[in-house]
Amino acid sequence: MDIPKEHLVDMYETMVKIRRFEERIRELYFADKLPAFDIAAGLIPGEMHLAAGQEPVAVGMRPHLKAGDAITATHRPHHLAIAQGVDLNKMAAEIFGRETGLGRGKGGHMHLYSVEPNFGCSGIIGEGIPVAVGAAMAFRHRKTDNVALSYFGEGAANQGAFHESLNLAALWNLPVVFVCEDNAYAISVPKTASTAIPDNSDRASAYGIPGVLVATNDPVAVYEVMGEAIARARRGDGPSLIEIKTDRLWGHFEGDADAYRSDEFKTDMNERDPLATFGKRLIDEAILNEADIASIQDAMYAEVEAALEFAMNSPYPAPESALEDVFAGRIVQL
Amino acid sequence: MTTTTERKLTTQKAIAEAIAIEMQDDDSVFVMGEDIGVYGGIFGATEGLLDKFGPERIIDTPISETGFIGAAVGAAINGMRPIVELMFVDFFGVCMDQIYNNMAKIHYFSGGNVKVPVVLTTAVGGGYSDAGQHSQTLWGTFAHLPGMKVVVPSNPYDAKGLMIAAIRDDNPVVYMFHKGVLGLGWMTNNPRATGVVPEGAYEVPIGKANVVREGSDLTIVTIGLSVHRALDAAEALETKNVSAEVLDLRSLVPLDREAIVASVKKTHRLLVVDEDYQSFGMTGEVITTAIEGAFDYLDAPPTRVATPDTPIPYSHPLETWALPSVDRIVEAGSSLLVAR
Ligand SMILES: Cc1ncc(C[n+]2csc(CCOP(=O)(O)OP(=O)(O)O)c2C)c(N)n1
Ligand SMILES: [Mg+2]
Repeated sequence: MDIPKEHLVDMYETMVKIRRFEERIRELYFADKLPAFDIAAGLIPGEMHLAAGQEPVAVGMRPHLKAGDAITATHRPHHLAIAQGVDLNKMAAEIFGRETGLGRGKGGHMHLYSVEPNFGCSGIIGEGIPVAVGAAMAFRHRKTDNVALSYFGEGAANQGAFHESLNLAALWNLPVVFVCEDNAYAISVPKTASTAIPDNSDRASAYGIPGVLVATNDPVAVYEVMGEAIARARRGDGPSLIEIKTDRLWGHFEGDADAYRSDEFKTDMNERDPLATFGKRLIDEAILNEADIASIQDAMYAEVEAALEFAMNSPYPAPESALEDVFAGRIVQL
Repeated sequence: MTTTTERKLTTQKAIAEAIAIEMQDDDSVFVMGEDIGVYGGIFGATEGLLDKFGPERIIDTPISETGFIGAAVGAAINGMRPIVELMFVDFFGVCMDQIYNNMAKIHYFSGGNVKVPVVLTTAVGGGYSDAGQHSQTLWGTFAHLPGMKVVVPSNPYDAKGLMIAAIRDDNPVVYMFHKGVLGLGWMTNNPRATGVVPEGAYEVPIGKANVVREGSDLTIVTIGLSVHRALDAAEALETKNVSAEVLDLRSLVPLDREAIVASVKKTHRLLVVDEDYQSFGMTGEVITTAIEGAFDYLDAPPTRVATPDTPIPYSHPLETWALPSVDRIVEAGSSLLVAR
């Protein structure tokens, strides 16, 4: 692997952190909802979309980012937020609906907004894609060499916003990298039943921009392709569209019976778990040893645990604060 | 002696049954939307229909709402009676042009010559911490725009009868089911979401409100899950010797103004409860209706309990505070009787 060792280690550490975060959120999500699952109950009520299995998509871009680069993400945002370095304490606190959260409890897990690093995500499919185009317009106008990365699922590539955004970015030669996370399903609907062609990367040709397919859920492959696309955008050579084949290891949301995916599909998927696979590869190639892996785990688990404690020990916002932050400035309409 | 069947269904199952009955009888009825086939609809409104009717009539779509809702309009004006699902009403932003500029206006533009019999089903409502893009009701927004009927059932019996009426209606009907009245296993248990539903086809007429509780001291006008909140509040008010009448509007378009006026003439006081945003919406319209039709009968200024004009917050204490609650209704109802 022709990649600096510190990048490989950084990517692995970040994968461990993401997976641990998702596993712990999953445990805590179910804590007070069972035996009769009640979505409104528990420490973390509401919908919860976790990204276990999609870590390579997130960590592969991480070493190429610089301060000020923008990410727009989706309803399944944790892996990307963590990889970009969004404050883990504040992010956890938002998920728990606390005053100390990124959005003071107003947004929740689908609406994580961070100013530094520059991260945002939202729950409407395709919604963030044009926002990345606008971020890129701002970067160019302000004469920075920042880039905007727009992440979305393969399901979103059939939304008008995707096509309009690609055209705009291509037309105006903007520094955007469009990244499609293809986990083969949009809730229960398989890509084969939703998309007229096999690979969304081919759709780039309709807009005259590079389209690259990353055919394996491998952080190294993602690293290489994203490195090129980000460098290209930073140089002012315009947007790219990347599609990455990845896996959603768990249900669409927690509590999803996941009956629409066959046992065979799920077994195959679990066998190619990218965290285990990448860890083994780093050992095989003598980049890390077992002891390194153990100490990475200890460190990442501790960081996650500290964030969760911070969140759970934080106070809830005052109920009337629901009226605040609708507008900038002191406008409260009752 | 006649025997009555006391079969009980949840609202969700009642909706699916209504669709099945109409599909059986009318080959032009079909359903499309996201996850409505294999999954049976995220809220179960199409449960079991794929097995019964097959993928030609129960069609899972890509996430392309402008495309497939526009296609429903096209199918409807060409002899079909599509039922098309917008998974959550909050997603209307990506497809509203097809809904209000096309679906709702083509009949008018054609001078009444073209009919657009689409049923647009959609889930509404909050109260389970799904935050600001998955918790809105927005029925006021749809009702504001001319040309579509807007139906909001609060119980299984009405849900079935209103669905059958909606499918048979030659107009576009936006059929909004509140997640809290469906009787879903994964939502907080709600006993009122299960009830007696007759087998076979029957219609509940669209545009007729229903007095779900008789009373003499004040009228609570509401819709959707807030009907349940109002009924709980009416019980609490009873213990304070206040007799509240509860009027379930069942549809905003057409709005049963006669029923509102008649009830206010009887009780002389009006409280409107709405889970939608307070300003420029249902509460203002109902209160105006009462003032126009029963001004001389009012013993107190009409009042309202609604969601304040803020996006729906995620955090539980904030959301609970913002949405209409039984406590807020009881308080507003009690103050109405003190007010002179
Ligand atoms: C406009 C819009 N339509 C539908 C939905 C409901 N929805 C939420 S996630 C999802 C599937 C998304 O699939 P994909 O884009 O592949 O992302 P994944 O969940 O696989 O990460 C759907 C249909 C939505 N949030 N917004
Ligand atoms: Mg997907």
